[in-house]
Amino acid sequence: MDWSQVPTLTWESAKLGILPALFGLIISVPLGIVCVRFRWLYGPVLSVTSVLYALPSLALFIVLIPYTGLTDTTVIIPLTLFSLCVLVPNVVDGLRSVPEPVRQAATAMGFGTMRRLARVELPISVPIVIAGLRVAVVSSISLATLGQLIGVSSLGYLLIDGYQRAFLTEILVGGGLIIALALVCDLILVLVRRLLTPWRPRRRRRELPEVVADPVAALAGGTQ
Amino acid sequence: MKFFSYAWDWLTVPAQWHGSGGIPVRILEQLYYTGLALLIAALIAIPLGILIGHSGRGAVAVVNLANAWRAIPTLGLLTLLAVTLGFSPLAWLIPLVVLGIPPILVNTYEGVAGVEPELKDAARGMGMTSWQQVRKVEVPVASPLIILGLRTGAIFVVATATIAAYIGLGGLGRYIIDGLATDNYGEVAGGAFFVVLLALAVQALFVGVRRLAVPAGLRQQASQT
Repeated sequence: MDWSQVPTLTWESAKLGILPALFGLIISVPLGIVCVRFRWLYGPVLSVTSVLYALPSLALFIVLIPYTGLTDTTVIIPLTLFSLCVLVPNVVDGLRSVPEPVRQAATAMGFGTMRRLARVELPISVPIVIAGLRVAVVSSISLATLGQLIGVSSLGYLLIDGYQRAFLTEILVGGGLIIALALVCDLILVLVRRLLTPWRPRRRRRELPEVVADPVAALAGGTQ
Repeated sequence: MKFFSYAWDWLTVPAQWHGSGGIPVRILEQLYYTGLALLIAALIAIPLGILIGHSGRGAVAVVNLANAWRAIPTLGLLTLLAVTLGFSPLAWLIPLVVLGIPPILVNTYEGVAGVEPELKDAARGMGMTSWQQVRKVEVPVASPLIILGLRTGAIFVVATATIAAYIGLGGLGRYIIDGLATDNYGEVAGGAFFVVLLALAVQALFVGVRRLAVPAGLRQQASQT
């Protein structure tokens, strides 16, 4: 098989996996903050994200083709919407996990609302938010390979090319690389969490996979 | 809305509604694949989830499975089996079942494992056997989550069945794959339109199922989550 394309394809896959999670984070942090402040908003927001998540991504790519063409954007927009389904609940749960005494202590130290949010509440939410990001990145990487069906290049190319030529090795290499890429991104996020939360105990008995706060959201992350 | 006008132009042609490749047949095919795969997945995942949730053994494996499941590229699993098994029905049935199992398993496990210890103690105090506890207390209390797992599984299986058209399966995905191959965007849009409709219908169906299957005392609680 032709290995020369592998670095480019891996890069494409990484881009299509990481960007949606990043955009999802940029949207869900303010959205989550608003949902915590105005509780009534959270229910409707969750309903919208859960309906979006039920839509098959291939169908969403197709809906977008007349507007964004056969570009990366056509894949990135639906995957970003899917990521909201895990990220918004996790931002909300993260912010709600801040103990009340901590909040009061921050206020007593003279922190205003914004400064308390930036210096106390968001840092405490980091582990839960990153747990959500891990789900979002891993599912985006795997879902992005479906973009290959409409011609958006990624490691999915190896799967399709392998199928068309009935070349098992190429399919196995493609599938293996997709899973490996997801694992590497997942590990990087674990390291980022450790760097961002130095106060947490470093050595635990064993690094268990992070259980997302909401078991329902843990399974979200997007449909094919 | 360009997408809808393309889809509309395609689906209002009377010929689309007749014959073996017509829309009604394709919808029935899609429902058949989805129903069959979901049934098999549920028959495996629900008893297993109840067992693990009740005994507490293998819980770590379930959490790991949920995480690993997300990384599996659907297209990879489908093409892999298509190349190794050829035109056997197992080539699409195995991936559909395999991808349907984890959400049902994890939710069933979470539901059963999450039953309050007080409830279990009360059940034991009333003289229930272990089996009665499972049947009369743990499963009813876990039912909102079990149904949610079935819903998530169904959504996944519907979507995967669409993609399985790429390896030759019938159903609504045919329009998408064939339309893409012949550069007929109208057909692709029409197929996508019905796939979205079906996905929404499946979601609505499970909202109804939950209303029927969840015990009245738990409904209030269930609707809050």
